[in-house]
Amino acid sequence: MPSDASAALAPGRAPASAARSSSLRRFARRRSTVAFLMTLPLIAVIGGLVAWPASYAIYLATLNRRMTAFIGLENFDILLENETFRGVIWQSCFFAITAVLLKALIGFWLAHMLHHIPSKGQRKWRGMLLVPWVIPPALSTLGWWWMFEPSYSSINWLLNAFGGPSIPWLGEPWWARISVIIVNVWYGAPFFMIMYLAALKSVPDQLYEAAAIDGATGWQGLVHVTLPMMRNIISITVLFSLIVTFANYDIVRVLTNGGPRDLTHVFASYAFQVGVLSGNIPRGAAVSLFMFPLLAVVAFFVLRGVNRRQKEMA
Amino acid sequence: MAQVTLRRIVKEYEGGVQAVKGIDLDIADHEFVVLVGPSGCGKSTTLRMIAGLEEISAGDIAIGGALVNDIPPRDRDIAMVFQNYALYPHMTVYDNMAFGLMLRKFPKAEIDRRVKEAARILDIGMLLDRKPKALSGGQRQRVAMGRAIVRDPKVFLFAEPLSNLDAKLRVQMRTEIKKVHQTVKTTTIYVTHDQVEAMTLADRVVVMNHGVIEQVGPPQELYHNPATKFVAGFIGSPAMNFIPCRLEQSGSALQVQLPGGAALPVPQDRTARYQAHLGRELLFGIRPEHLTEVRPNDHRENMAVLEAVPEVVEPMGMETLAHFWIEGAEICARLDPATPAAPGRKLPLAADMAKMHLIDPKTNKVL
Ligand SMILES: Nc1ncnc2c1ncn2[C@@H]1O[C@H](COP(=O)(O)OP(=O)(O)OP(=O)(O)O)[C@@H](O)[C@H]1O
Ligand SMILES: [Mg+2]
Repeated sequence: MPSDASAALAPGRAPASAARSSSLRRFARRRSTVAFLMTLPLIAVIGGLVAWPASYAIYLATLNRRMTAFIGLENFDILLENETFRGVIWQSCFFAITAVLLKALIGFWLAHMLHHIPSKGQRKWRGMLLVPWVIPPALSTLGWWWMFEPSYSSINWLLNAFGGPSIPWLGEPWWARISVIIVNVWYGAPFFMIMYLAALKSVPDQLYEAAAIDGATGWQGLVHVTLPMMRNIISITVLFSLIVTFANYDIVRVLTNGGPRDLTHVFASYAFQVGVLSGNIPRGAAVSLFMFPLLAVVAFFVLRGVNRRQKEMA
Repeated sequence: MAQVTLRRIVKEYEGGVQAVKGIDLDIADHEFVVLVGPSGCGKSTTLRMIAGLEEISAGDIAIGGALVNDIPPRDRDIAMVFQNYALYPHMTVYDNMAFGLMLRKFPKAEIDRRVKEAARILDIGMLLDRKPKALSGGQRQRVAMGRAIVRDPKVFLFAEPLSNLDAKLRVQMRTEIKKVHQTVKTTTIYVTHDQVEAMTLADRVVVMNHGVIEQVGPPQELYHNPATKFVAGFIGSPAMNFIPCRLEQSGSALQVQLPGGAALPVPQDRTARYQAHLGRELLFGIRPEHLTEVRPNDHRENMAVLEAVPEVVEPMGMETLAHFWIEGAEICARLDPATPAAPGRKLPLAADMAKMHLIDPKTNKVL
């Protein structure tokens, strides 16, 4: 570094005989080179934590069960022909899309309500509403499991108290699917709420005043001003949440363990079941790889839209 | 288009701050009224109450003869131009202007006609497809005005619309606003803290201070006949000079005795008006433009000569400002640039006594 610095201070003073080392120095002094060197640690971390496991997973997915022979795309073929796995694809999409939509809607509704509470009371409510998000999900899911579990179910007890029937929360496929979604929404909505609250606060009041004078009702202001102004935040949170929800593991694992009849499995829990519990690691890897193209396509379109809007507006 | 009436309007914010303390104002149809005053005098609050963006604590507001106290902004049929434009960043210029009409369910063709017409008046036809981010400050200001014009509302409200522009553009837009008003003639209420803007734009100027109206009148009226010391000092630039004085008898006429020993004769036609205040300590007010160099063979009527020693001389090009002090009161005189004025050198000044004012220091009223 010191020789570098002195070279930078006295450019062109390098003796002609050292032409090669001077061009090397010039290369080292280029901004892009410096930038590359400075980001090298980060690139190494990303390489070690993302690129390597990803390529290793792809490699694994092409091996046979005992990991002794290369079998190409056979694992993927077998999976696609498997009734249970096709159910997993369907359930993963249904689970992720429904849960994310509900989280976004409820999160927005909560944010909107919070935004209209005077700032003194707001902190208290915000803190309380964030609680589901800060409890480790494995733990809170256990609590939900208790509330759903047929013999102790407090929810059913409440339903009965109001004259309703008992519901087989975890025993019947559709109710089990709904239960998993309920818990995921309960856990994830506060994240949306906090993001949308920040976004709401960033919309200048004058825009609402201008809209009110232009003749907008509260609802029209929401549709024509608030939502368009929040579109980037909405797309990014939805994308982010979609990725996390698709890859959700703990809630399904604790609440239903994929049951009844493997009908509530999502990619991650099914990959664990196939790869670790049944000991077919290559096929488990193949299961988890199915998420990737799905999410990549969604991410591509969402991020492109975000980019475009950012250039036009902010 | 419509008249606007304010009756004993009061605005009290939480915590008991009275921003507006009961003002009365009648604005005629087609009139261009400017609210002007120093920072914190309550002019923005007044405008926002007329817009319906701020609730009124007491009093009545009527637009076009109809009481609007409890009517939300969207039903008041007003349009407003904000200081920082408040354009919708996600809409094109066209959509920004069309938005109000779209909400009111105007037919597409009519919206298009009005937007194009406003764009023509404001010369922003080539910007219609852009987003506000891609506009300069002056262009944004035009779009904000276009958004108001297309609506063809009963009243235009302007909230310090030019204060974010640079000096040159401000002058240009000022002319533009005046031109637009002469074209569309909509009743306009305009808020500014710039008295030059107020004087040049207004049919009538409303001078506010500490939440009350000091005086309402046409610009020339406020300039020549201010009602209070505040208005006298606020309107005009450089500001009017105030010198403590005593009103004395001199033969059959009155004279103003200044602290330095100088005595200035009061014009005959003011004798009756000031007689009652004989012998009192008052404030003598005279504008810098009525305190000039003594010209050779100058025999103007009611001219009094005052000896001064300027301490600061500021050549401005078309005129020269000379500053001096009489008993702690700073006095400014406007001289012809050819006058040989220098700091520390004696300079006889001609005071045009026909333009003098006397102010009662107890009530701050102009006598
Ligand atoms: N939301 C509020 N709560 C409490 N007091 C306020 C509020 N808004 C304004 N005020 C007070 O009301 C008074 C008048 O404010 P206003 O904004 O009308 O002044 P202004 O004449 O527009 O001044 P400026 O030229 O600085 O814009 C000020 O003393 C201000 O502190
Ligand atoms: Mg203001």
